[in-house]
Amino acid sequence: MFYIYCPYCEEHREEEEFHASGEAHIPRPSDPDNCTDAEWGEYLFFRTNPRGLHHELWVHGIGCRKFFNITRDTVSYEIKETYKIGAKPQFTHAEEKV
Amino acid sequence: MTQKNRLASGGRIDHQRPLNFTYNGKALTGFHGDTVASALLANGVDIVGRSFKYSRPRGIMAAGAEEPNALLQLGATEATQTPNVRATQQDLFEGLVASSTNGWPSPENDAMGFVGKVGARFMPPGFYYKTFMFPQSMWGTYEKFIRKAAGFGRSSLESDVDVYDNINQHADVLIVGAGPAGLSAALAAAKSGARIILADEQSEMGGSLLDSPALIDGQPADEWAVSAIEELSSFDNVMLLSRSTVNGYHDHNFLTIHERCTDHVSDCAVNGQIRQRMHRVRAKWVVLATGSHERPLVFGNNDIPGVMLASAVSTYIRRYAVAPGNKLVLMTTNDNAYQAAFDWADAGHEVVAIVDTRANPSGACVEAAKSRGLKVIIGSAVIEAKGDKRVNGVLIAGIDEVGEKVTGSVEPYDCDILASSGGWSPAIHLSCHTGSRPVWSDEVIGFVPGETVQKQLSAGAINGSFSLESCLKEGTEQGLIAIRNAGFDIEDRSAPKTAPVNEDRAMALFHIPHTKSTSRGPKQFVDFQNDVTASAIELATREGFESIEHVKRYTAMGFGTDQGKTGNINGMAIAAKSLNKSIPETGTTIFRPNYTPVTFGAITGRNVGELFDPERYTAIHRWHVEQGALFEDVGQWKRPWYYPKAGESIQDTLNRECTATRESVGILDASTLGKIDIQGKDAREFLGRVYTNAWAKLAIGKCRYGLMCGEDGMVFDDGVTACLGENHFLMTTTTGGAARVLSWLEIYHQTEWPEMEVYFNSVTDHWSTATISGPNARKVLAKLTDDIELDAESFKFMDWHTGTVAGVPARVFRISFTGELSYEINVSANYGLAVWEKIMEAGSEFNITPYGTESMHVLRAEKGFIIVGQDTDGSVHPHDINHGWAVVDSKPFSFIGKRGMKRADCVRPNRKQLVGLKTKVPDAVIPEGAQAVNDFEQPVPMDMLGHVTSSYYSANLGRSIAMGMIKSGLSRIGETVYYPLADGRVIEAEICSPVFYDPKGERQRV
Amino acid sequence: MFDVNKSMQTVQMNLIPNDVSVRAETPLHHVDLATIATQGAQDRNIKIQELALLDHLVLRGHADNAALTTGIQSVMGVSLPINLQSVEKEGQVIRWISPDEWLITTPHGTGFALEQQLRNAISTHCAVVNVSGGQTVITVEGAGTEEMLRKCTPYDIHISNMPVGKVVTSLFGKAQAVIRRTGEQQFEVVIRRSFSDYCWLWLQDSCREFGFTVKL
Repeated sequence: MFYIYCPYCEEHREEEEFHASGEAHIPRPSDPDNCTDAEWGEYLFFRTNPRGLHHELWVHGIGCRKFFNITRDTVSYEIKETYKIGAKPQFTHAEEKV
Repeated sequence: MTQKNRLASGGRIDHQRPLNFTYNGKALTGFHGDTVASALLANGVDIVGRSFKYSRPRGIMAAGAEEPNALLQLGATEATQTPNVRATQQDLFEGLVASSTNGWPSPENDAMGFVGKVGARFMPPGFYYKTFMFPQSMWGTYEKFIRKAAGFGRSSLESDVDVYDNINQHADVLIVGAGPAGLSAALAAAKSGARIILADEQSEMGGSLLDSPALIDGQPADEWAVSAIEELSSFDNVMLLSRSTVNGYHDHNFLTIHERCTDHVSDCAVNGQIRQRMHRVRAKWVVLATGSHERPLVFGNNDIPGVMLASAVSTYIRRYAVAPGNKLVLMTTNDNAYQAAFDWADAGHEVVAIVDTRANPSGACVEAAKSRGLKVIIGSAVIEAKGDKRVNGVLIAGIDEVGEKVTGSVEPYDCDILASSGGWSPAIHLSCHTGSRPVWSDEVIGFVPGETVQKQLSAGAINGSFSLESCLKEGTEQGLIAIRNAGFDIEDRSAPKTAPVNEDRAMALFHIPHTKSTSRGPKQFVDFQNDVTASAIELATREGFESIEHVKRYTAMGFGTDQGKTGNINGMAIAAKSLNKSIPETGTTIFRPNYTPVTFGAITGRNVGELFDPERYTAIHRWHVEQGALFEDVGQWKRPWYYPKAGESIQDTLNRECTATRESVGILDASTLGKIDIQGKDAREFLGRVYTNAWAKLAIGKCRYGLMCGEDGMVFDDGVTACLGENHFLMTTTTGGAARVLSWLEIYHQTEWPEMEVYFNSVTDHWSTATISGPNARKVLAKLTDDIELDAESFKFMDWHTGTVAGVPARVFRISFTGELSYEINVSANYGLAVWEKIMEAGSEFNITPYGTESMHVLRAEKGFIIVGQDTDGSVHPHDINHGWAVVDSKPFSFIGKRGMKRADCVRPNRKQLVGLKTKVPDAVIPEGAQAVNDFEQPVPMDMLGHVTSSYYSANLGRSIAMGMIKSGLSRIGETVYYPLADGRVIEAEICSPVFYDPKGERQRV
Repeated sequence: MFDVNKSMQTVQMNLIPNDVSVRAETPLHHVDLATIATQGAQDRNIKIQELALLDHLVLRGHADNAALTTGIQSVMGVSLPINLQSVEKEGQVIRWISPDEWLITTPHGTGFALEQQLRNAISTHCAVVNVSGGQTVITVEGAGTEEMLRKCTPYDIHISNMPVGKVVTSLFGKAQAVIRRTGEQQFEVVIRRSFSDYCWLWLQDSCREFGFTVKL
């Protein structure tokens, strides 16, 4: 059971109020019609599933209904930070470009 | 029976308050303050069960949570049966009914006992895997026999009569354990005003202080504990939870505490009281002061009743005034255990010998034993216990300095109780729950908590700081640190004082050598609950299991409800030795939640019966109930399914409801459909992006059907959206899809297109919707409104109007899911039932007939209208269901689903497509889910073409109707397919258009 | 037929009937609070009351948009509350729900006028949605209220974390609710209509060990 800081409510809330919505920072291609099947498949289906730092999209569904991002360690489950949509994470691993 | 082992005085029990209880049907007496275990021991009950695998007699070994044997069945009635109750943790109360759970027909005379005698070679580790798995067909037979012989109790056959509770707690500091360390931590932190929870599993707080001979601040330890608790209870900010086990330590300092509120008082809670409560605690900081468990030594026949932990002997004497035997032999690797012999002697009983495994012990205790005139045999060990249903002697022999070989002669001694101590294992269970790997300490001879990401501190014996002095000191220190870490100011406080004790070094010895090899000697138990022996562990390593995790799983060591509290370290030490590795090299298994078993009741709390899951009702629900409707669950909603009249079969009802709707007028409660209010200047553009069809030109006052797809191009919701204003729309969704659709709109708005000016709000609960449908719908509505023009010209199909219906302001949509002339009348839900009743009144002359979801399904299927989630399953795109008309590729923005629909797999030929199915035999109804084949005589597995998605008998058409997926179905109209069924029948059907009724759609436009 | 408001480009309608004889039923009408109110001793610890048939409006807009804040100030005479705060004036309450959402309750029959005033006063991008039929307000007060509510919501409702006036959307059992502290031992809970029976049963069950009475 996580304890999650909602960057919009600006306080910690219980995990039950939230819902995970998959990996963060996967923007919709700006011109879907001209994506190859491979590019579109990459966008739709492929995720990094890292061991260690992971950027995730969550929503404060039973709360302010806002989506936001979490940087979480998938080994220790430690949440390093939460940040609003459009913001950049402070915590990234070496080869990562966000 | 008299309490033959009860001491005349002493202990923390009330000798003046006897309590009657029964054990295996026998009436016994104990005293107020007893546990079931202490009362059984007082009464001279030696055997409390039979062992799991070998069916050997077992007695009470410990006095606390670590007890592996004394698991009893409790309950005076069928409804209050509770399995797996640890006798050492259950308080005695008047009228308690307990029985042993294994041993058949009784633990004293056990039919399986021969297995234990004939020897281990018949039941090596992996025995069940190796023997009973083949042939697999016989497992059922074996299983019944094994379970009957070896079960650990049973659950009740009746509903639990008790009430359970969950409560959420938020604490600044949670202190786990109210022994010397926990109490000092709480005392140090209390004055801060912070929210502190102090939880302890025992009925009385104090832990080891309750049976300690030490003095603290000049007071006897138990008295000091009582006054400390008194002091703490005067603080409003301190919550004291006794009989409350912190069972799990989860992510981000979330812990669960299992409180037994009335288990110590009666068989079931008095009316209105809560039996057990689960506290769900979010703590800023946690101080683990969980103490330690004494380790038994592993030697021959170490499981005979009468073999106990040294500290348990002390506890039973000092706390419960019970001396369970007469002649004691004590075997120890350390000074600490000498106290058991002193207590035994003080109780007036004979100490046969203290057998110290160390070659040259010289601590204060050893001196004290000598000065008391007790016989101390050094450099020796009890290599084997003798006896059948009770210890009657031991074999003692000299051993070498490292404890690996018997060196001296073997001497027999008589005794009837044997206490052993291999030292203490820190209770690191909760620390392990967080994922922290424990670390071996040679100093401690045990694992201590490792690094953690939690906001966790630990104090006292859990750290291997076993002396009372260090427990008090660490408790005070960690309490202060915790409270400061939690953000509170507090003055320093010095630790309570106690005299230091000079202890000699303990010996790291786990497995006592025997004159014979482990596999040939008498059984030497490591895990008592799962009957895992030292030779089984050695065998496992010989068979190639090198990882301790694999050894654990192969032998089942540590698998029982005691989680290996007494056995794990010994087992790891034996595995390490057998693998020629050190214990840290071998590693340890990790304890997982829960620390001790938790009842399902406490986990479930209030979420039972009508509170198990929310049931959502519409404003008209009461009316449906009064009309005798049966209900269907759609998500959490209760929707009327059909309204049977007396004597009607379900088909009769459906026929009546469907016919009435087509011939006159029906009424449906459509309030459950999701409704989303959409406002903003970009609302229209947004609709165009999330729906596959066009919205640019939908005029105010008009409605349009929309189809929603995922990015993969697959259909995921549909519904009608009305244009309320240039910048204002009302979207309807499927009942089950409402929340998902709102979330879908939000995620795109918030993460992809935040620049768009649009707001989405759920108004599902705000509107009550009555749909009247049928050729007489207009006449009914006309009776209820005088400010809405209803003629076909003024109020067209797919229009909406506002006005007053039955005196209530309403929004009326002329849309149809039945294919008939229909009006959806929306009013504020506060007036929903009033308006519904007025409609029924007005419709009575037309025999207005309420219909439920089942008739709605039939009526829409007659028209070939799909239901998302029934006729689609996430793998079909609009073209697959012949909804290409609702896909507008020419829209400027690449709407959601457009690119997905063009993936190679989506445009390949031979995709399954939704078609109508007309059975050759008109009244044959194909079961939904049935698979179509071209050739039903083909051998199994046949080539399957697709499944039936919707199938009904249509009274209006006098025949069955169905829709289903068929490979390339749209190009096979007129062809025949077959549905071979499980019962051997084959239904033949013709592929046709799914629109069975009024194909031109004239009826809804009249 | 339509009253299209030019600035908002939308249709407005008053959903409350002119005919006062039309029966209105609150979301809790299944529960029959009137009967429960006659049962049990009146000195029970927890007192429950439904603030029935208030008008409820959802206001959407951006808090940092001056047109919105001045609009609210001019119409309601209060400033728009920010994060987790609420304001109350003359029977009207504004609760912060989200950085761009507020829940306004106002006495029965006054919602439509307020809706119109707000639309006319706020010239910027915003939305006003009438949700009066979709929810209701329950107040709970008396000794033990806070402990009782700890069984209902995982939110930390201790006064140090949730002082008077603070409002949160959180779980209520397995449903959701907007919970506001209105006094030391007094809270207000806004629940959705379709979940109201469930919420009532949950509340009643949570009150079991304290005893409760219904105020009408």
